[in-house]
Formats: sequence, C-alpha cells, structure tokens
Amino acid sequence: MKRLMLICLFLLPTLFSARAEEAGALDMGTYLFGHISDAYEWHITTIKGKEIAIPLPCIVIENGVHVFTQHHAAEHGYILNENGKLVNAATGQRPLDISITKNVLGLIFDSILLVVLILLCARWYKRHDVLKEKPTGLAALLEPLIVMIEQDVIKDAVGPEYKKFSPYLLTAFFFILINNLMGIFPIFPGGANITGNIAVTGVLALFTFLMVNLFGNKHYWKDILWPDVPLFLKVIPIMPLIEILGMFTKPFSLMIRLFANMLAGHIMLLSVIALVFLSAAMGPVLNGSLTVIAAFFGVFLDCLEFLVAFLQAYVFTMLSAVFIGLAHQHPETETN
Amino acid sequence: MSLITPDFGLLFWMVVIFGIVFFLLAKFGFPVITNAVQKRSDHIAESLQAAQQAEERLAEMAEEHARMIEETRLEQSRILKEASEAREAIIAKAKEEASAEAAKLLEHAKVEIAAERESAIRDIRRQVAMISVEVAEKIVRKDLEGEDGQLSMIDRMVEEASRAQVPN
Repeated sequence: MKRLMLICLFLLPTLFSARAEEAGALDMGTYLFGHISDAYEWHITTIKGKEIAIPLPCIVIENGVHVFTQHHAAEHGYILNENGKLVNAATGQRPLDISITKNVLGLIFDSILLVVLILLCARWYKRHDVLKEKPTGLAALLEPLIVMIEQDVIKDAVGPEYKKFSPYLLTAFFFILINNLMGIFPIFPGGANITGNIAVTGVLALFTFLMVNLFGNKHYWKDILWPDVPLFLKVIPIMPLIEILGMFTKPFSLMIRLFANMLAGHIMLLSVIALVFLSAAMGPVLNGSLTVIAAFFGVFLDCLEFLVAFLQAYVFTMLSAVFIGLAHQHPETETN
Repeated sequence: MSLITPDFGLLFWMVVIFGIVFFLLAKFGFPVITNAVQKRSDHIAESLQAAQQAEERLAEMAEEHARMIEETRLEQSRILKEASEAREAIIAKAKEEASAEAAKLLEHAKVEIAAERESAIRDIRRQVAMISVEVAEKIVRKDLEGEDGQLSMIDRMVEEASRAQVPN
C-alpha cells in the first residue's frame, strides 16, 4: 500500500508537466511577490484560466472620497503602477490610499477572530466561579498560554509593576500569534502575509515604543539624558546621543525582526513549493523526484513555520517586556 | 522595493485595527482572565497555607493528647499507690488498735482476776479466821470451864503481854 502510494506520488507530476508546458515557464518573481505582497483583491486560485478572486474596495481620498474596485480603477482616473499600487493616471502620483487591501481584510478577519476567542474565554471566567470549577473548553485551551506569557515572560521581565502592562503585552502576543498562524494557513481567509509586512510590524513596534517611553520613570530619563559616565562624554553629548538613538533602535529591531522572520518563512515555503512547477519542464523523472523532495521539505518547513509563528510572537512580547522593564528600573535595584 | 516601504493605507488601518483590538482586549478580555487566574492562585496558596496550619494544629493536638494520656497514666499510678499506702496504713492502724484493745482487755481481765483472787483470798481468810476463832472458842471454852483454868489463862496472858512490853 505504501509503495503504491509512493508510485502514485511519483507519477503525479507527469500529469501536471504537460499542462505546465502549455502555460509556459513559471515567473518566479511574479509568483513570489504575488503571494507575499499586498493586493487590491484576494486572489484564491485560477481554475482553467478563470481567476477566482475576491474583489476588495479601493478607497482613495483625493478631491473627495472615491470608492471602487480594482477593475474599475480606470473609470475613476487611477491605474496600477509597476509595484501594483494605485496612482493617479494623469499625474502618476500616489493619492491618499486607504483601501481595504488583502492585508487589511486579513487583519480585520484575524482581529475579529482574536477578539471573539479572548472575549469568549473572558466570558467563561465571568460566568463561572474559578474557585469552584476548573476551566473547560476555550478557557482551558487559552488559560495555560495566557498564564505562561504573563507569569513567565511579563512578570519576570517587567518587574513589580507588570499588572499595568500585561494587557498590552498579552494583546501584542496574541495579535502576532494569530496573524502568524493565519499566515501559514494556505487558503482564504488565511495566507495573507500580514506579519511579514513592514507596516504592520512597524505599528506594533510603535505601540511598544509608546508603552516604553510614555510610562518610563525618572531614572530611565536620567539614564538617557544624563547617564553615569565621565563628564566630558556628556558635555560633548556623545552618550545622550547614543542613548537617544537607542530609544529608537530598540523598537526598530523589533519591527525588522518580526517582519524579516515572517517574510523569510513565507518565501522559503513558497520557493520549496515552486520547485514542483519549476522542474516541470525538466522531464518527468527529475520533476517526480523533486516533487517528493518538495513535499517533504514543505511539511518540514510548515512545522518549522508553526514553531517560528509562536517563537516570533514570544520574542516580540518578551523583548517588549524587557524594554518596558528597563524603563522601570529603580536605582537601588540596579546597584545590587 | 515595495517590500520595505510601509504603505500608508495599511499603516492607517493597522493603527485603527490594533487600537480597537487593544482597547477591547485590554478592557474586557485579559484583565478578567488574569484577575480570575490570580484569584484562583491566591486561593490555592491560602488553602495550602491553611492546610499546613491545620496539619500543624493537628500534630500539636496529637502531641497534647499523648501528653495528657501520659499525665493521666501517671496520675492513675500515683492514686493507686496512694490508695494502697492508705489501705496498708489503715490496716496497720487497725491492727495496732486491735492489739491495744486486746492488751487493755487482758489488763482489765488480769486486774479483775487479781481482784477476784484478792477477794476470794480475803473471803477464805475471813472464813479461816472465823473457823479459827470458832475452833479457838471451842478450845478456850473447854479450857475455861474451871476456875483454875481461867486464872492461869489470865496470868499467862498478862505475862505474855508484859513480856511483849519489855523490849519497849
């Protein structure tokens, strides 16, 4: 039985190979960018040359609000530029574009899912007496994760004032986690490369930046503006400059880390899958063997991506907690 | 590269969406859960402490119990010892009293016997004296039947008396 299945697996690509030659060679750049970048429609698949895609509203603010779909852009005087963005057909300038793109829709969907999950979990705690019942269902699933993040990550990194920051850090963790996981899920409504987009990670990093700096204590600001270093390093303000730069590099590193990790994961996975179609022109034997390898690697990378999805959410939360904790250090604890 | 240039639309929506999610979860989601979990873990900690205290109390009480049993046992043996001592004392006293009484009775009896004997002797003596007197009377009467006899008698008696008077 196993052997039969393996033979079928080897024969499978020969079926595709004939069609692949008809359709022409795979354009790797279009293929990759089509999957990882934002779009004005949610392309699901193409069956027999017919594209199946969900059209999304383009919203442009330029001399009033214009709402249209991508296919009717020309009627409103806009065209897509080489990066796939809407530009004014006449001037070639980017208008103020707040379209509900693929990533925005993905964000909305994942956010609703997250809010529903967490509020259902919270509802369980409201309706049940925790002293008399053990959590069941969703609460039992989410509680260990919430407790682990709060007690092991947030409490340890932030310090005694962790209660004030744990809602933000938990929100960040679950927001990143659910978007990462939905990004791995290959068909609608998953598969949007949300956390692999620099705008998304940038906003998350911005929130961490605000959390760190809006609630930093006196000691934190003194360390930045007048640190304990020899005087000449402060008169020519080298150290304060470095410290102020550090304020921005910390969230910047958060932004880049999450963005690059998720993007790289998507690209790796897509490249391995593309191996099947790239090798179609190389003949059935090579194509068959490469397909098997690609399938195995695909499974392996998917498992890896599951790990990375959790790990990146964890790392982002932990580092945010550490940065917040650094802004709440007390001098007496530091001297110890 | 469009990959590393953040798109304004997405930035805007991300701020809005994340803001809403943050607001909802931070207000209605996580605090409820974490407070409930905190409440439960506090409750567990308190319960554990209470259980430990109860255990300590129980151990103390068991110790107290054992101590009380030991004390009672000591008390019991002390009482028993005292009782047996008292009993022996009572018996000894009773014996003593009995022997004293017996001695007294014996003494009494002896005295009485002695008195009886005395009176008996006295009786006998009186009787003997009376018999002697009677005998003497008879003898004397026989002797004193003649005049001569009476006179010789008087003489003898006077002589005797005077003889008896001489040493004076």
